[in-house]
Formats: sequence, structure tokens, C-alpha cells
Amino acid sequence: MQTTWTGPARSAPGPGPAPGKPLLAIEGLHIAVGGKPLIEGVSLTIAAGEMLGLVGESGCGKSVTALSIMRLIPEPPMRVTGGAIRLGGEDLLAFSERQLEDVRGNAIGMIFQEPMTSLNPVFSIGDQIEEAVLLHRSVGRAAARQRAVELLTRVGIPAPEAALSRYPHELSGGQRQRVMIAIALACEPRLLIADEPTTALDVTVQAQILDLIDDLRRETGMAVLLITHDLGVVSQYCDRVAVMYGGRVVEEAPAAELFAHPRHRYTEALLRTIPAANPPGTVLPAIGGTVPPPGQRPPGCAYHPRCHAMIDVCQDQVPLLEGDAHRAACWNPA
Amino acid sequence: MNLLSVDHLSKTYRGAHGAEVHAVSDVSFSIADGEVLGVVGESGCGKSTLGRSILKLIEPSAGSVSFAGRDITTLNRHAMKPVRRDLQIIFQDPFGSLNPRHKVGTIIGEPLVVHGIGNGASRRARVAELLALVGLPEDAAKRFPHEFSGGQRQRIAIARALALEPKLLVADEAVSALDVSIQSQIINLIADLRKRLGLAIMFISHDLSVIRHVSDRIAVMYLGRIVEIGPAAEIMDAPKHPYTQALLSAIPRPGERRERQVLKGELPDPANPPAGCPFHTRCPKVMDICHSVRPELLPPAGIASKSEVACHLYS
Repeated sequence: MQTTWTGPARSAPGPGPAPGKPLLAIEGLHIAVGGKPLIEGVSLTIAAGEMLGLVGESGCGKSVTALSIMRLIPEPPMRVTGGAIRLGGEDLLAFSERQLEDVRGNAIGMIFQEPMTSLNPVFSIGDQIEEAVLLHRSVGRAAARQRAVELLTRVGIPAPEAALSRYPHELSGGQRQRVMIAIALACEPRLLIADEPTTALDVTVQAQILDLIDDLRRETGMAVLLITHDLGVVSQYCDRVAVMYGGRVVEEAPAAELFAHPRHRYTEALLRTIPAANPPGTVLPAIGGTVPPPGQRPPGCAYHPRCHAMIDVCQDQVPLLEGDAHRAACWNPA
Repeated sequence: MNLLSVDHLSKTYRGAHGAEVHAVSDVSFSIADGEVLGVVGESGCGKSTLGRSILKLIEPSAGSVSFAGRDITTLNRHAMKPVRRDLQIIFQDPFGSLNPRHKVGTIIGEPLVVHGIGNGASRRARVAELLALVGLPEDAAKRFPHEFSGGQRQRIAIARALALEPKLLVADEAVSALDVSIQSQIINLIADLRKRLGLAIMFISHDLSVIRHVSDRIAVMYLGRIVEIGPAAEIMDAPKHPYTQALLSAIPRPGERRERQVLKGELPDPANPPAGCPFHTRCPKVMDICHSVRPELLPPAGIASKSEVACHLYS
């Protein structure tokens, strides 16, 4: 961040990262919805300054995993049934609602797919950024306003002073997402969760927004969890990738490694089926069937009914996520 | 002969405070029998308005649309009805475009009823045939749209569009809302149907990799105008217009990490388009002339090319 922002923390800042430990560690997370398993033992880590891509198709559980980090999942019907979510060593699942309020928007910032519905239409841009600052920092209105101008400048909003008094509907989609990023960054979070931040934006604007997030994490050492269905975006920006299917992480690897040598059959099939990987006009190697909804997941490997390399064991035993830097949960890997 | 000829088509909306919004400005192109024309551009470039104007779902403000040699621009609703048999459209949202209170059999068979084709029994047989054609089980006819996944609903929408054996299908972002694994199933289906039925398709999408996969020719739109049009391979491998180049560069590809040319700024307000070349405000190669003179869509000067480009760099 190009600012000299040093507002005193209103309450104790979030836990600091232990040396050598990851900033965020999700350990064996289980979430159920209406008694049916939705997330089935997800483990992930992110180090400071790292960008982790979480990819998968709709219904795989990637957004629920991301929302659960700040306990933003609707409880009920959803319920965390096991595991731990450690931020700098402290388990967020053990936090009270009061403690979580200190973490949200402070140690952890979040941006969503649809910036129009995440911004309040009846408050000005300035009010909404200042609110984030005033909530977590013991500063006055003037300092918060000054901070808002700094943030708008950093995220590339032209004429930031004038922009403070504008309303969300006066901005384009790309500018709204920049404002969302400014709000998420207001208290210099150590982790930014970005859930499909550019899916609603055009490709030329998408590139601008992702470049901005990438620059910010390099400047500030903030960790980024980027949730997306776009494998191209992951390839361009992420250090590591975790692929989810049927409520589990099925493969995890450094990004370049994953694209060069996918091991899980689902990852392999996904990479093969995209139009860019095939000569124009040819039949795409499609994946048959559809993603099974929670409650209808088959026994064994959830992907086995769609898998072209299924063997007997896939039908009744769940494969474990095995390996060191490159982990895959597949009985018959590529 | 061209199946579809569009000449100097424009669509102007009356915006707030009487401002005119030029959604489509002076667009001309043609589609041959059995040809797939991909139309690509960002939101607000006018590609959907263009698709809908061709079917007269939106009344064009100026210019003409000829289908199978006949000018359909001035036809009234009654005279347009038989033309619609040959001209069908599928939309992005397979949730919003199917009536939730009708069974799938009724939805797919409705065009046959509207056009008075066959009787009850022959329509049921045709619905079964169409379901098989798009890869759905026969008993799907007795179920409701909500019982199907997004990909299956798009198959239903395609079956309905094909019920009258159209000659031209407009596919408006038809695979954009689908997951990757489902998207390729539907792309394969559309390509297969095109081969088997000799369909011409106007394939509208913001996704260049999808467009490139399905299209014979590609038209690139920016702020209501075609800025480049030509054979798909030439557009993808040797793009000429700086906007096409930027669009190609902006798309991240799996397995790659590269330096990209990222455009500054965003699409200008269509109600207040820039003078001269509509792209000059964001163009990395802007020249003096671009500020004042709008370039015509012409074959590039001095280059062997089957494309046409609207850019002063090539005049």
C-alpha cells in the first residue's frame, strides 16, 4: 500500500502469524446442510503473500468453504460439523460472534461477484468506505475520509475526492468492484477472500481488476483466496491451485505444475474439455453427466460416475488426498 | 446467395432526458446457408440488440434485414409469422426462457401448435424426435423445467428452437451461464446439429475461445459497430484492429502465464460515444486522425486479407 496509514487498532488486532506457519489453515472442515454432508473434510493452507486459487463447478462447495472462513454461511440450514479454521494459529470456529465481528473486514476482507448487490444503494461511496474504517479503527471522521481518498486513489478511481459523494448506481461495474476492493482493503487485511470477483465483468475490465488485486498482494504481503471457475484466470495469477469436486479438495498443486501434469481424472478432463485446448471445430472431449447435488453424491469417489478411467475401487472407497507439494485424491491418477 | 443480409442496420433507444443511445450503428454483414458467424464483444457493444433486431424482436431504427432474398424489415406481425418458422433464437438463461408451469412436452411442441402443424399425435411424435435429437430421455416430455439442470434446460430450449426446422438460429450467449463441463456438451450438441441439419447460426458471445471454436467467420463489435470481420482463423491468428488484439490478449489461458496488453479505461457511455473512431479513447495506437474521422469498415490496404477492418492504421 502506498499509504502511511497507521490508525490505532480499536480492539486487539487479529492473531499474528506464528513463524513458519501458514497464515490460514483450514483443517478437515465438515459442513452439513439439513443433515446432508456439503463439505466433507476440506483442508487448505495459505501463506502470507500467497494467492491460492480455489476452482470447481457450481455445487462443488467452493463458495461455502470461502464463506465459512468468516462464518458467513447461513446457520441454519448449514452447520459446521467438524474441523478447524485457523488464522495465525487461532481457531475461528471457536470465536464468539463478537470476536468474529473484529475479524470481519479487519484481519480478513472479502469481495463478491456482484458489486451492485454488495454495495448499499442509498449510501455514498465515501460513507461506505469510511464505515469500514470507523468500525475497526479509533479515528475521527476526517481521518476516515482521508483514508477513503487514499484507498480510492490506490484502486484507480479517477478524481477520488469527487467520487466520495457519488452513489453506486453512478458507477460502472468495474468501478463498483474497485470500490468493493477499497472497502475490503480499508483495514489492511492479512487475508483477502475474492469470490468470483470478475465473473460479472467484461474481459478487458477483468484483466484490470485481477492485475490490481495481484499488485496489492505483492505490495502488502496480504494473502489472497481467489475463488473462480475460470482455469485461465487461475493460471495467470495464482501461485497454487486447489480443485474441488463434490465437497472435497480432489487435487492441489503449484499452478504451473497442475496445468502441466494434472493427476486427478477430473482435473485432467476439465483441462481437456475447454474450447481453447482444442483445435477449432473439433468435437470437444466432453465430460458426461452433471455435478451431483449434496445428498445425492455417490459412494466412493464422487466423480466416479462421470470418470473415463474409473476402476472398481472408485465405486466404494473414498480416495485420500495424497502427496507433498502436489496432492491428488484419485485411485487411478493420470 | 446469402441466407441473411443485414444492410446499414441501426437501433437507437430513447434514453433518460431524451438522450439517444445508439445501441447498433450502421451495421452490415451477411450469413450464408449453413454458415456460423460468431459475434463477439463486451457488454453494451450491441451484439444482443443486433441479434434481436434480426428476428424483429426489436424494431430496427434504420437499415434493412433480408432473409432468403426477401426484405423482412417492413413486414408486419402477420406477414412476419411464416418467416419466423425459419428464424429461431436461444437465450443465455435457460431458467428464464422456459415457462415453469408448462411441461417440457408442451414447451417444445408449442411452436408446432402456434404454426398449426400436424395433430396431437404427430406433434407428440415430433416432440419425442426432438428430445432424442438433443440427447434427452423421452419421458422428459412429461416433466417440468425445474426438474432439470441448467445444461438440460438449455437442451430443452434448443429442442424448442429446432421444432420448426429453422434455417437460421441466433444463439445469444447460449453457453455462457453453464459450467465448464456442461458448456462443452452443449457446444458439441450445437456443432452436431449444425452438421446434421445444415443450420446457419449467428453465435453471439463475449467468450472468444468459444466463438473461435464454433465459428466460420467472426465479427468483432465495439460500441454498436463492427470493427473487424473476417474468417475465424484470420481474426484469431492475425487480428488487425487494436481492439481485437487487446481482446485476444486479455483472455487468460489455462497453462499460460504471460505479459498481457491490458486496456486502460472502460467502455465509453453509448449515449455519448466519442467522436471519430469509437475506440480511440482506449486505443494504444491512437493517431490524430482517430479523434475526428470515423474509419470505414474496409479491406485493409496493402495486406493480403479476407477480413475487413475499421481502423485508420490500415487505410
